[in-house]
Amino acid sequence: MIIKILGSGCKKCVALGDNAKVAAASAGIDADIEKVTDIIAIAGYGIMSTPGLVINEKVVSSGRVLTPAEITPLLQEARP
Amino acid sequence: MQDVFIWLNDQLLRMQWLHDLVTWLVRDGFGLDTAGRIGGSVHFFIYDVIKIFILLSVLIFGISYVQSYFPPERTRRILGQRQGLWANTIAALLGTITPFCSCSSIPLFIGFTSAGLPLAVTFSFLISSPLVDLASVILLASIFNWSIALAYVGIGLVLAVLGGTLIGRLRLEDQVEDFVYQSPVSDHDNDGAISRGERLIYARDQVADIAGRVWLYVLIGVGIGAAIHNWIPENFISALLGQDKWWSVLVATVAGVPMYADIFGTLPIAEALVEKGVGLGTALTFMMAVTALSLPSMIMLKRVVKLPLLGVFVGIVTAGIILIGYIFNATAHLFV
Repeated sequence: MIIKILGSGCKKCVALGDNAKVAAASAGIDADIEKVTDIIAIAGYGIMSTPGLVINEKVVSSGRVLTPAEITPLLQEARP
Repeated sequence: MQDVFIWLNDQLLRMQWLHDLVTWLVRDGFGLDTAGRIGGSVHFFIYDVIKIFILLSVLIFGISYVQSYFPPERTRRILGQRQGLWANTIAALLGTITPFCSCSSIPLFIGFTSAGLPLAVTFSFLISSPLVDLASVILLASIFNWSIALAYVGIGLVLAVLGGTLIGRLRLEDQVEDFVYQSPVSDHDNDGAISRGERLIYARDQVADIAGRVWLYVLIGVGIGAAIHNWIPENFISALLGQDKWWSVLVATVAGVPMYADIFGTLPIAEALVEKGVGLGTALTFMMAVTALSLPSMIMLKRVVKLPLLGVFVGIVTAGIILIGYIFNATAHLFV
């Protein structure tokens, strides 16, 4: 599973990345977490506020730092 | 009743108590004469820095709380339902409660344009967003007075509405980079899911985030203000920017446009300039030029629009700012 964190390196993006890592570990999901920092690439996902969370190329959240408990169900939903 | 308002205005907004406290500190604590050069600069610096940081924290907290109800997705939906001049006006108004960072302008531009909002509306929003925000109204009222603050906001909104409309009339849709129109539109919206507690936390985080980003500009701005206030000879400033000099507004614009700072860092400079006898219009022009246009924001915009459109945008905003400067200088006696 590929998780992408959209954000130009702000503190919130780091926090969201950390929470995604925690959520993936607790759900027992093997996930690659990538950071997308280029502002044009971020806008290419159609979001207007960061940080954004993308699971398998689908935007699931923007403008908020989700907690691990909020991310876990999103990961399970995306699990093949 | 009026006395109560004046007292509240002096103590809470102008922070007379802080002024007195810093006077006491500088005079009795440091043993400096506040009427002298060094004492005066030290006083200006300490008083302005503390005052700006107190106001900045309180204001950003309040505005961010309101703003949490208007995420960009919602703003875009609201704007999509309006048409003509009305849409421009709403865009300019919504621009006053957006985050202050110019780095958010690119995702907003792409998000608005790809969703089919007209360029006129998007540009009204882009002009108003850095130029006018609710925090600047209160700060202007604190440093100058209420009529100047309201006039600044009113005229800033007019500039945003007219500037955007004019850009729309020029039919420059083909001057936007192609990939912008092809960008996907994600109508992802956390709007309903946010509790009051989360809004308060969001507002608190915004204060920390913005204070962390602007503190250096505030220190530099107040430093320059203190230098103008006490070290640069008055006749030098009035020769360059004096009220009777027709070129003063142009000099202020040329100096301000490439500079990148936010309104919090720019205000102390404008304050010191006005105290030195620079015209109100000239000082406001400088503030508008610094906040509305800057080299970093132009470089960012260049990635999504072609050069002619960028040129038109910069040209219209610059011309508007210059015009506002002359109007304010001619009518300054109404505001002071």
